[in-house]
Amino acid sequence: MGIIELKKVSLSFEEQQILFELSMDFWEGHIHAVVGPNGAGKSTLAHTIMGLPDYRSHTGDILFEGKSIKELSIDERAKLGITLAWQEPARFNGIKVREFIRRAGDKSSGTKSPEEVMNMVGLDPDRYLDRDVDTTLSGGERKRIELASIVAMHPKVVLMDEPDSGVDIDAIQSIFHVLEWLKDHGTTVIMITHSGEVLKHADHAFLLCNGALVDKGTVEQLSSYFERKCVPCTHKNVPDEEALL
Amino acid sequence: MSKQTPGTQSAIDRLLSTINMHSHSFDDGTAHVEIHGNQVLNTTLVEGLKVESQETSSGVDVDILVEAGTIIEQPVYFCFGMLENGLQHIRMNVRFGTKAKAHFISHCSFSNATEVEHIMDANIHLEPGAEYRYFERHVHSMDSGIKVIPKAKVQLEEHSRFATEFELIKGRVGLIDIDYEAECGPHSVLELLSRISGRQDDIIKIREAGNLSGEYSRGVLTSNIAVRNQAQAVIYNELTATAEGAVGHVDCNEIVQDEAQAKAIPIVDVRHPKAHVTHEAAIGSVDSKQLQTLMSRGLSEDEAVEMIIQGLLRK
Repeated sequence: MGIIELKKVSLSFEEQQILFELSMDFWEGHIHAVVGPNGAGKSTLAHTIMGLPDYRSHTGDILFEGKSIKELSIDERAKLGITLAWQEPARFNGIKVREFIRRAGDKSSGTKSPEEVMNMVGLDPDRYLDRDVDTTLSGGERKRIELASIVAMHPKVVLMDEPDSGVDIDAIQSIFHVLEWLKDHGTTVIMITHSGEVLKHADHAFLLCNGALVDKGTVEQLSSYFERKCVPCTHKNVPDEEALL
Repeated sequence: MSKQTPGTQSAIDRLLSTINMHSHSFDDGTAHVEIHGNQVLNTTLVEGLKVESQETSSGVDVDILVEAGTIIEQPVYFCFGMLENGLQHIRMNVRFGTKAKAHFISHCSFSNATEVEHIMDANIHLEPGAEYRYFERHVHSMDSGIKVIPKAKVQLEEHSRFATEFELIKGRVGLIDIDYEAECGPHSVLELLSRISGRQDDIIKIREAGNLSGEYSRGVLTSNIAVRNQAQAVIYNELTATAEGAVGHVDCNEIVQDEAQAKAIPIVDVRHPKAHVTHEAAIGSVDSKQLQTLMSRGLSEDEAVEMIIQGLLRK
């Protein structure tokens, strides 16, 4: 039994089906990668598990530690230990980095100080903690600050949407370091990624295409997706087998 | 240089305690003035700062002069308050001499009163090169019967600078009706910032107008407003640029929750081909990504909204 289980989860927006009967297990303390072409439904999957308002109308069920979370709001899911790191983190005018991180830690069992988590993501606490989480920070800096807030929270499950997008090579190494730390400390990581380099840090991988799960297995098994440059399907929800060969 | 009205120490202490201050807060020789209702309780000055006051039937007339060349390092504190109901009408003439520089911090405390009208009519004149920073924080009770009507006319001569911050984020607004007008001379700088949080049936009206008539003058008008319940806000920000090199920006951010209503009316009037004024207005509910990010860290929706609003008001 996985810590997160999807049971035939389907989701449509305005008659367009985005997720198609997804059944997936995510194992406790493991790093999972969800790969697939643009529009495959990867981010939608993360938002659906987190319970964002626009994604609550799905059919099927989502279980956390064996119990349905389908009816739970975002904060109720977060209190169970599920959280989300966005591809493009939000900007907060007037909210200091220190407060942003501290509030995440306040609501959880996390024990690390803002200084400690900033060091873990490779940002100097003296330089950053008293700055606002706003446009004065680059996208990459905000990405690492969001990750720092997640370490402070020490969740049971973290959904990471494109953890490497918009960050430089040094920052990517910090992010990989944090991924390993989370795994070593029992957190289940579910990464949405387009990157073969990110995929290498996963234990398991899933391939989505047009909202359907078309393959799963080891990283080695799924890495051929990147080598063959999967072509998006030309018709909905029925993956083009040639594209996967 | 201190002048205290006899028998007023307890009134001073009561007034200062409403803003979490005490007479001892000024033991380091900081200039400070306390005015309660129509009574000047205390005037403590420093060299180069002159304050003359005249009590009237409904308030106080105050003349403030910062003499030319005077640089006051420590902030000058003013405390206006009314611990009982009534009208307080302050007429204030402020003049900064050439190259004078000071930072005034003004607390307006109506934390116990329920029916108060506080009217401020200010005339401010900054001579060449003067710099006046003015921070005004209001502390109101949670009752709605407070009316605050501050009006100011500001004259900035060349190379002078006027920066003001108005803050009312704790307690009920009641009715606030701000009306500031500034005439900006060559190379002068004008910065007006308001941060106000309204709830229930509070009414917020702001009119800020800057005339960038001097060459290379600059002006920024910023309003950060949050309204909840049935509160209403109307913000008129007006910048007129008529001289070469004049540059300005109007920025209005309003968060609207529940049945509250907010309007932003930026007026940008440019009458010189080498002047440039921009404006930005964002009115709406709390940003959904901000809200969802905080909720995904375990904050309830109410906690997340409050954190976002407080952030905007601190901006």
